[in-house]
Amino acid sequence: MKDYRGYMDSVHRSGTVWNLSVMVLMLLFPLSVGIIYGVVPDGHGLLMGLVATMPMYWAVGVIETVTYVPMLGAGGSYLSFVTGNISNLKLPCALNALEQAEVRANSEEGELVSTIAIAVSSIVTTLIIVLGVILIVPLTPILEAPVLAPAFAQLLPALFGALGVVFISKQWKIAVAPVILMLVLFIAVPALNAGTVGIMVPVSVLFTLAVSRILYKKGLLN
Amino acid sequence: MEFSANAPVLFVLAGIIIAAVLAQSVFFLVKAWRRAREIGMDMGRLKKTARTAAIFTIAPAVAIVISVMTLSKDLGVALPWLRLSVVGSLSYETVAATNAESAMGLVFGRVTALTAGQYVTIAWVMTISILVGIWLVPLISRRILNGMITLENRDRKWAETFSNALFIGMIAAFLGYVFCDVSTVFEGSAAGLIPVCVMLVSAVVMALAGLAAGKTKKRWISDYALPVSLVAGMIAAIQITAWLN
Repeated sequence: MKDYRGYMDSVHRSGTVWNLSVMVLMLLFPLSVGIIYGVVPDGHGLLMGLVATMPMYWAVGVIETVTYVPMLGAGGSYLSFVTGNISNLKLPCALNALEQAEVRANSEEGELVSTIAIAVSSIVTTLIIVLGVILIVPLTPILEAPVLAPAFAQLLPALFGALGVVFISKQWKIAVAPVILMLVLFIAVPALNAGTVGIMVPVSVLFTLAVSRILYKKGLLN
Repeated sequence: MEFSANAPVLFVLAGIIIAAVLAQSVFFLVKAWRRAREIGMDMGRLKKTARTAAIFTIAPAVAIVISVMTLSKDLGVALPWLRLSVVGSLSYETVAATNAESAMGLVFGRVTALTAGQYVTIAWVMTISILVGIWLVPLISRRILNGMITLENRDRKWAETFSNALFIGMIAAFLGYVFCDVSTVFEGSAAGLIPVCVMLVSAVVMALAGLAAGKTKKRWISDYALPVSLVAGMIAAIQITAWLN
């Protein structure tokens, strides 16, 4: 039987092959459509579209990768950064699974529980979207009904309200300062909203780490 | 060949890529499952973990289907299906599509029929812009996670605190976001309180589930507490929005 490091090495090897293969496949989509229809991209549109979009997305992508990889584990990271919807689905799903399984995130058990939860979530998401696409005509008037709109608009508050109770009640000493800081910032700074919350995650994480380190060094976390 | 944003060939191409991503998820699931059995983990417990993950995923996945519907009005169904199944999210894809369309003189939400050239341009912008995480994870994740293992070996207690701090930092940012429109109350609108009230409902349901699980010693209550709290909050949002809007 391989040891933990041996298992992790095999996850990194296969993850690298899978991710790079999916990246090539993704690039093949616009390339193939262009070849099939005999068209090339509009040069000005492509350049200006990329200039307006890419710098911000790549900067956020780098920050998200560095922030989320330690939380997702190896298998979970390779999968999550391919299937997307990390903060609103994959990470909460992994967090809940770790909590229910009562395993430590940094342990081998934690790595496996996180990978299993994220893989199941990815499979279910993909299948539900396939079903939604097949049934898009009858489903559209139902899912886009004005009466249901508030439910889906408030998915994140409902999700983080429940997750917050679990994690803050267990680690309230390290949670108080970052929660207060984020509340003050989001209430006081109008530029902080749904579009910028992703940028605030690493800020909040760094602040929480600093607070935790101080409390830990002072022996206040026992 | 005459172009349509809903041409069957586009669904075939998108379907091939999505099938590959599905295969990757199955591969990692099987790999982790085998390893868990090898090291003697409680397989019954893992089955419950998988079941809870599947149930929890349903509501957010339906929200993603709605995002596909939203984007399909401009881009047809195939491209949003692909982009929201692989890496993307509604906010990212909407911005990328809007930027690409406006660079070609189009207005997002008012496009009736795209030409093949416009479609390919939008697809390139959406694809290249979102790729960073896919290639960056293989480049840096080994180093980051080895650092976590070293930390664990050096000081187990601090490593655990470090992990908790990461999770709480992320949750704190999203709790802050819930309050971002609260100041509208001072302008006479209670709409900014809607997410706060929804968060409170879901938090109360979660807390009650935790208490019930502790009192009755019934583990299934805590297993399903998160999906139930999520759906309770979402259902409450319908009434809360009607009251406060």
